[in-house]
Amino acid sequence: MLEIKNLRARIGEKEILKGIDLTVPTGEIHAIMGPNGAGKSTLSYVLSGRDGYEVTEGEVLYNGVNILELAPEDRAAAGMFLAFQYPVELPGVGNANFLRTALNAVRRKRGEPELDAVAFLKSARAAIKSLQMNEDFLKRNVNVGFSGGEKKRNEMLQMALLKPGLAILDETDSGLDIDALRIVSEGVNALRGPSFSALVITHYQRLLDHIVPDMVHVLAGGRIVRSGPKELALELEARGYAGVEAA
Amino acid sequence: MTALPTKKLEAWRYTDLRALERLSFGAVPAAALPALPEFAGPIVVFANGRMSAPLAAPLGDGREFAPVQEHGPQSLAHINAEQAQDGLSLSVPAGIDGGALLMLSHNAGETPFAAHPRHRVTLGDNARLTLIELVKGEGVYWHNPVADIALHGGAVLTHIRLQQESTAAFNTTLIRANVAAGAAYEHFTATIGAKLSRTELHVSLLGEGARADLNAAQLLRGEQHGDFTAVVRHAAPNCASRQTVKSVLADDAHGVFQGRIEVAKGAQKTDGYQMSRALLLSERATMDIKPELEIFADDVKCSHGATIGALDAEQLFYLRSRGINEPEARAMLIHAFLEEAFAPVTDEAAHKLLIEAIGTWWTTP
Amino acid sequence: MSDTQLTPEELAGQKYKYGFTTDIAMEEFPKGLSEEIVRLISAKKQEPEWLLEWRLKAYRLWCESEEPHWAHIHHPPINYQDYYYYAAPAKAAPKSLDEVDPELLKTYEKLGIPLNERAALAGVAVDAVFDSVSVATTFRETLAKAGVIFCPISEAVREHPELVRKYLGSVVPQSDNYFAALNSAVFSDGSFVYIPKGVRCPMELSTYFRINARNTGQFERTLIIADEGAYVSYLEGCTAPQRDENQLHAAVVELVAMNDATIKYSTVQNWYPGDAEGRGGIYNFVTKRGACRGRNSKISWTQVETGSAITWKYPSCILQGENSVGEFYSVAVTNHHQQADTGTKMIHIGKNTRSTIISKGISAGKSNNTYRGLVRILPAASGARNFTQCDSLLIGEECGAHTVPYIENRNLTSKVEHEATTSKIAEDQLFYCRSRGLSQEDAVGLIVNGFCKDVLKELPMEFAVEAQKLLSVSLEGSVG
Repeated sequence: MLEIKNLRARIGEKEILKGIDLTVPTGEIHAIMGPNGAGKSTLSYVLSGRDGYEVTEGEVLYNGVNILELAPEDRAAAGMFLAFQYPVELPGVGNANFLRTALNAVRRKRGEPELDAVAFLKSARAAIKSLQMNEDFLKRNVNVGFSGGEKKRNEMLQMALLKPGLAILDETDSGLDIDALRIVSEGVNALRGPSFSALVITHYQRLLDHIVPDMVHVLAGGRIVRSGPKELALELEARGYAGVEAA
Repeated sequence: MTALPTKKLEAWRYTDLRALERLSFGAVPAAALPALPEFAGPIVVFANGRMSAPLAAPLGDGREFAPVQEHGPQSLAHINAEQAQDGLSLSVPAGIDGGALLMLSHNAGETPFAAHPRHRVTLGDNARLTLIELVKGEGVYWHNPVADIALHGGAVLTHIRLQQESTAAFNTTLIRANVAAGAAYEHFTATIGAKLSRTELHVSLLGEGARADLNAAQLLRGEQHGDFTAVVRHAAPNCASRQTVKSVLADDAHGVFQGRIEVAKGAQKTDGYQMSRALLLSERATMDIKPELEIFADDVKCSHGATIGALDAEQLFYLRSRGINEPEARAMLIHAFLEEAFAPVTDEAAHKLLIEAIGTWWTTP
Repeated sequence: MSDTQLTPEELAGQKYKYGFTTDIAMEEFPKGLSEEIVRLISAKKQEPEWLLEWRLKAYRLWCESEEPHWAHIHHPPINYQDYYYYAAPAKAAPKSLDEVDPELLKTYEKLGIPLNERAALAGVAVDAVFDSVSVATTFRETLAKAGVIFCPISEAVREHPELVRKYLGSVVPQSDNYFAALNSAVFSDGSFVYIPKGVRCPMELSTYFRINARNTGQFERTLIIADEGAYVSYLEGCTAPQRDENQLHAAVVELVAMNDATIKYSTVQNWYPGDAEGRGGIYNFVTKRGACRGRNSKISWTQVETGSAITWKYPSCILQGENSVGEFYSVAVTNHHQQADTGTKMIHIGKNTRSTIISKGISAGKSNNTYRGLVRILPAASGARNFTQCDSLLIGEECGAHTVPYIENRNLTSKVEHEATTSKIAEDQLFYCRSRGLSQEDAVGLIVNGFCKDVLKELPMEFAVEAQKLLSVSLEGSVG
């Protein structure tokens, strides 16, 4: 379960998150929608521990642990996964090597045995097959020269292998095409189950046609201004954010 | 006289001044006023190292000359300081756009002589100036000018030099520039003349956001030797520098580019770039390149590149396969290479003078 | 010093065992260098007259020359009279792993060196050494069958004097530079390799074991000759960090490749770099040069330099034969107060000669890392090609990265290309790795290894694995 309590955060002198309260019970998928500049990306970075964001108040509990005190890698080991809006390129670093290093680092911290090269390849190939990807992926350098769709696929492949308990999808304003939309939604839906939750951060409603949320929250001006069932997304689509905020 | 630098010095490994050393210089001959080029703005003339026409420009006080002290390591600057008798002293007050000024240096005499003018250019805060230098001459002489440039905050100096010395002459030019925050020094030298020449620039970027563009084109033939040496010191964060040198070398010509980007500790976000491209047109032409980086800050973007080669055989073939004969195809490719080299010269008047200076260089190698 | 310190070659040929014991009595050799010492070294090695004269000429040249100071390195003056030039006093070997510095053992563990090898590296008397006896023996038999000569150079002087006399100093003459002159005067030992015509050396030759012999490697001299059509891959591993105080190393390596011959020379250098405050560490002044004498010959240098307080080294190629090829692949890592000034010279003399230079410099801590390289195309080198790529990576605000390339072109039909970049590890790359569960240090290791990939892939497999781990270990504690 993810519990965000009165979370306030700033970049430099500018306060972006102004007291966020949000609970995502295990097994549920929640969407966060909001206009540009509402603080959606800041929320995803604060949750995953990127430098440059100062939390001034509040706490974030994941399964009862205050993760704000954890390093990014320890959050990953704890089961959190941030799917990047713009996945980073790592020249010279092979995808297979990267995936195996990450997977074993996480497994080690979770007290699970590390995978040897053979076992890793077996599970990687299985994941690749289920995501309908080409095996060449493993041989290429991490995200270097990947198309937008390929980068998304790579994020989903990492997610499938790391098997997080909580996925945070930062898709804000990224202008996903239909293909990428399908990749991301299939990746998330494949993990959907009683022990998996997700926080889907998006500007547009259409992603939620593919990943149907249990709850929708509206983030505006650094606060959650409204929460409701999945139909809220449709209302937003029809009336725009201004109307919802006013309501 | 202070001794000339020798090839044993790292900074002089590619330029040999022994031929200069062998010359003995007599008294500076009296000079006639050279023909003036067509130019809309003010013109200042130095003949045999002496200012020979008053500066009829709204730029300030004309010349002010006083003996100078040299403390730096450059022995040519020491010689200049020992011998200097005249020079341009120019200052553009803060906020003023000084427009374009043409400085014509002309040296000529029956017997060998040396001229060591010492120039100073100062631009106040946010002042602007385009300084175009035409450097010409006839006969045997040594022209050894030193220029000290100070650019205050936000000032922009565009400095274009067209070096067309006599092909029996020696030119050693030293330019030192201090560039304050937000100011820019845009330099371009076309090396066309002189038997042996060296343009040496030392530019210090002293305040945030300062910029230096140090560009050169070398067009050398016969037994000409041309050296372009540029050192940029990034002493403050967020500064940018560009050094681009394009060389076209025919016959027995020898081109040299020595570039150095120094990034001091704390000069974060430095953006430094060096590029040298040389086109060799003859079997005996040679090019030496030494593009150095010296970096003491971690958040910087510095790169350099260098290529040396002949005309591209595939391009030649392509042109010929379209019906263009070989000499014409070669001329086209050389011209194209030069056009690229002249790109930094955006000032219209300067560009026109440059085209005049080049003449039909590429069609008659 | 005990018998366990002997090299495989020495163990294999029992007669050298006694020779070695005699050397041990040499502990009373006085410090310092003089003509007398040079004569003594030569006499103790029972060298022929010509070699003594050769050494003496080198000694005189050394006396007349001056220590070079053009490199981007700084150190207190070296007192050459304060060193032992022959069989320096042996330190007692530790009796068990318990006596070995735990820091050292931790490093071995991180490098993934098996336990018995760790012990061997630390100089402990264990069974591992007996393993190496058998290894050495099979080794020798296989090589002998192929006609390959691989032995200590002192042995080669006795057994193959005509070869040694013909090639010694033919690539790096005594007068070449200050440190080469010093080495020529006092070289202690080193490897000699001769691959006969048409032979592809059946195994990778390695000095891995011989490095274990302590206190003998200060002035190594290596000479490798690949005759027509021959091939050899030679590995020089200095994976054992040595705990010496500013010890001086001045080695010389000469390679000669005849028509159609190929020599691949790989080095992983991890001498003791000094501590985090810059105390101690090896001064490594090395002259390495290969001559591509024959048509279609090829010499390829690959180096991973992570150790030494000072590295001064420019493995070079003289490309004389038509179509000959020179390669230089280098990774140099400096951390703390280390200083490295390293690079190469590619001298293109013959037609259609080609060279490739890939250099990756990584500076961290308060270190300085300089690439210095010369590409010279001489007038006869029509059709010559060079490609150079040198990249620097800076980690932290207090280190320096410098690039000093010299490009001299005397031939119109040749083509020279040079590229260089400087960068840092991007914050977003680090964060991306960490958000996938990698620790900061693992993330740095991964990114640095990616940065060096073009060089590491040139190393033989088992070396590459070791080198990768070494990179990560060398940079520990350099970020955040």
